[in-house]
Amino acid sequence: MSKKNTHVHEPLFHIVKRGSMVWWRAWLVRIIAVFAALVVCGLITVLLTGQNPLGVYATMIDGAFGTKRRIWGLAQNVAMLLCVSLAVTPAFKMKFWNIGAEGQVLIGGLATAACMILFGDKLPTVVLFMIMIVSSIVGGAIWAAIPAYFRAKWNTNETLFTLMMNYIAIQLVSYFTYEWSVPKGSGQIGVINGATRAGWMPTLFGHPYMLNIIIVVVLTVLMYVYLNYTKHGYEIEVVGESENTARYIGVNIKKVIVRTMIVSGGLCGVTGLLLVSGTDHTLTRDLAAGRGFTAIMVAWLAKFNPFYMVLTSFLIVFLQKGAVEISTIYSLNASFSDILTGIIIFFIIGSEFFVNYSIKFRESKKEGV
Amino acid sequence: MKKLTAMLLVVFMVLGLFAGCGSNATDSTNPSQSGGETTAAKDIKVGFIFLHDENSTYDKNFINAANEVKKALNLSDEQVVFKTNVPESNECYEAAADLADRGCDIVFSDSFGHEPFMAQAAQEFPDVQFCHATGTTAHTLGLANFHNAFASIYEGRYLAGIAAGLKLNEMIEKGEFTAEEAKIGYVGAFTYAEVISGYTSFFLGARSVCPSATMEVQFTGSWYDETAEKEAANTLINRGCKLISQHADSMGAPTACETAGVPNISYNGSTVEACPNTFIVSSSINWAPYFTYMIESVMNGTEIVDDWCGGIAEGSVVLTQVNEKAAAAGTAEAIEEAKQKMASGELHVFDTATFTVEGKPVESFMADVDTDAAYTPDTEVVSDGYFHESEMRAAPYFTLKIDGITTLNEAFG
Repeated sequence: MSKKNTHVHEPLFHIVKRGSMVWWRAWLVRIIAVFAALVVCGLITVLLTGQNPLGVYATMIDGAFGTKRRIWGLAQNVAMLLCVSLAVTPAFKMKFWNIGAEGQVLIGGLATAACMILFGDKLPTVVLFMIMIVSSIVGGAIWAAIPAYFRAKWNTNETLFTLMMNYIAIQLVSYFTYEWSVPKGSGQIGVINGATRAGWMPTLFGHPYMLNIIIVVVLTVLMYVYLNYTKHGYEIEVVGESENTARYIGVNIKKVIVRTMIVSGGLCGVTGLLLVSGTDHTLTRDLAAGRGFTAIMVAWLAKFNPFYMVLTSFLIVFLQKGAVEISTIYSLNASFSDILTGIIIFFIIGSEFFVNYSIKFRESKKEGV
Repeated sequence: MKKLTAMLLVVFMVLGLFAGCGSNATDSTNPSQSGGETTAAKDIKVGFIFLHDENSTYDKNFINAANEVKKALNLSDEQVVFKTNVPESNECYEAAADLADRGCDIVFSDSFGHEPFMAQAAQEFPDVQFCHATGTTAHTLGLANFHNAFASIYEGRYLAGIAAGLKLNEMIEKGEFTAEEAKIGYVGAFTYAEVISGYTSFFLGARSVCPSATMEVQFTGSWYDETAEKEAANTLINRGCKLISQHADSMGAPTACETAGVPNISYNGSTVEACPNTFIVSSSINWAPYFTYMIESVMNGTEIVDDWCGGIAEGSVVLTQVNEKAAAAGTAEAIEEAKQKMASGELHVFDTATFTVEGKPVESFMADVDTDAAYTPDTEVVSDGYFHESEMRAAPYFTLKIDGITTLNEAFG
C-alpha cells in the first residue's frame, strides 16, 4: 500500500464547537455582527433607494429618541415587549414551546376589558382593580394551562396546540368587540369608560406610562429571582435539560409543566391588563401586535436571562421605531423597514454561531516537513 | 477565526465608507433650506394618519387624494407627512401627538376607529386642527379643533346601482336567467349604518331600473380581510347571485368575480386593471376637495366646520369611468341622467315611495345622530317624502332593513 492512498482529502474548512468564549470576546463578536448588519443595511438602502445610509441611521435614532414623547413611547413599548418575553421565558427554559403568548395576552386583555365594561360604573375603584387583576391573570393562565395539561397528560404537541389557541383567542376577541361595539355593529369598542375613566390605570409622576414601566421592572427582577434562586426555577431548568434526569431526582414533571405554563400564561395575562387598562383603554384583535411571537426571539437572544432581555427587547423596539420613522421621512413603504429589521436580526442570530463554533481552515502541509 | 473576522470587518468597513461617501455627494442638499418665503402656504404642515398603506384600496384612495392636493397646492415633501399602518389604538394617539410635535398645523386620520384617539390628541393640542374621516362625534364633543368629515357616498352608490340594474336587464334579455332570478350579492364589512346605508342605496339604484332585483348581503366582520371577502363573494356566487358589489377594502371580492366571470361593481376606485372582464364601474369618495378645504381654511385663518359632508357637486362623490367591455349599453348615459335629477332635487335616493320595511312604507324614523353608548334615537330624519341621509350629520345613520334585501349572517362569519 502506497502512502498516497491513505491520504484522506481534507475539506477546505470544517466547523468545530468551541469551549466557552471569554465574555468580552463573545460580546465583541456580537457588536461586530451588529456593525456588519448596519453596513449591509446601508448598502441595501443605497442600492434600492439611493438614500444616504448615514442619514437613514440618523433618522432611525431620531425616530426612537427624537422627542421626549418618542422616548416615553419607546420605553412603554420596551416594557410591553419585555413583559411578554418574561412570560414566555419559564416555558421555553423548560423546552416547552409556548408560541401561544399572543393568545394568552389577548385573553388577559379581553378579561380586563370585560371587567371595565361590565363593572366599570358599578364597583368601587379598588374592588374593580382587584377583579381586573385576578381575572386577567386567571384568563391568561387558563389559556396556557389547557395545552400544558394535554401535553402533561397525553403528550400532545404543545407547539401546534398553543398556536391554535391563538386563533380561538382572536375569534373570541372579534366576537366580543362586535358584541360591545359602539355604534352597534361597527366592530369598534372605542375608548372604554372615556368619561369616568373607571378601570384606567392611574397616572404616576405625571406620566401615563410610568406605572406600566415600574410594574415591568419589578416583574423583571422577580422573574430573575424565580428562575435562579427558587426551587421552581431549578426544577424548570432540570426538566428543560433532561426529563430523564428530572425523573431520576424525583421531580414531578407533569406538575412542573402545568405549573410553569400557569406562570407563563398568567404573566401574559398581566401584559393584556397593562395594554388594555394602562395603555389603549380599548380592545382590538391587534392588541398584542405580534409581541407574543417577537418575545420568543427576545428571550432566546437574551439566553433567558431577564436582565439581558431588557437589552434585547430594547434593541427590537428601537429597530421597529426607527424603521417606522424611515418609512415616514423617506416615504418608503413599511416593508422596507421590515427588510432592514430582518437583516439586523439575521446578523445578531448569526453571531451566536460564531460565539459557539469556530471555523478551522485546512492547513496547507508543505512537502518534506 | 480571528483573521477571518478581522478580514470581514475590514471589507464591510471599507464598503460602508464608500457607500457613505458616494451618496453623501449626491444627497447632501437640505431641501428645508429652499427659499425664505413667509407666505402661509410655505409654512403650513399637514400630517396624515392611515390605517394601512397603498395595499388597501381604502387607504390608497386617501393617499392618492393627499398626493394630488399636495401637488395642486405646491406643498413640499417636508410640509406633508404620512404615517401608514397606524392601528386603532393608543398608537393612533401617539402618532397624532407626534405629528403635532413635528409642527403640523393639521392632523388628519382616515379610519373610523381612530376617532377617540384623535379627540384625545385634540384636547392636548388646542392650536392644531384634528380632522377625522367617517367619525360621528365631533358635532357633540364641543372641541373647537376636532372635526369630522364624510361624503354623501350613498348618492354615488345609487348611481353605481343603476349600472348594476342595467347589467342585470341585459343579462335577462340575453336569456341568461329569468327576471325573478336577478339576484345581487353584496359583501359588507360590518352591520352598522355606514354599510347598511351603502348597500341599501346601491340596491335602490339597481331596482330603479330592474324592478325584479333582489339582494343578499354577506358580512365579513373586518374592513380588510382578503380571504374572507373572497370567500364571501364565492358564497354569494354559489347561491346564485348574478352580480356582486362590495363594501370592504381588499381586492378579495373583485378578484373572486373575475375568476368566476361574474360582473362586479367596485368601491374605492377602479379595479379594472385586475378585473378587465368583470369590472363595470366603481363609486368612491374623492377626498381631495376636503383636503383642499381643510388646508385652505387653516391658511386663511377660517374655521373648519365640525362636520363636513361633500357631495356630487363638490366633487367628493365620484364614479370611475364605465368599463364598456363589461357594462350594459347606455350605462354612462343613464348614470348621467340620474345625476342631473339628483342635482335638481327631482330624485331622492331614499325616497320613501320606493321602499318598504316589513311590507309597510316608512313615515317616520328617529335616527341615532348624536352617538352615545346606548344608541338612543334622537332625531327625526324622514320628512318631505324621503329619508334625509347625511344631512343631520355627515356620517351615515340609515339603519332600516328594507324589503328585498336579505342579510345572510347578521353578526359576521
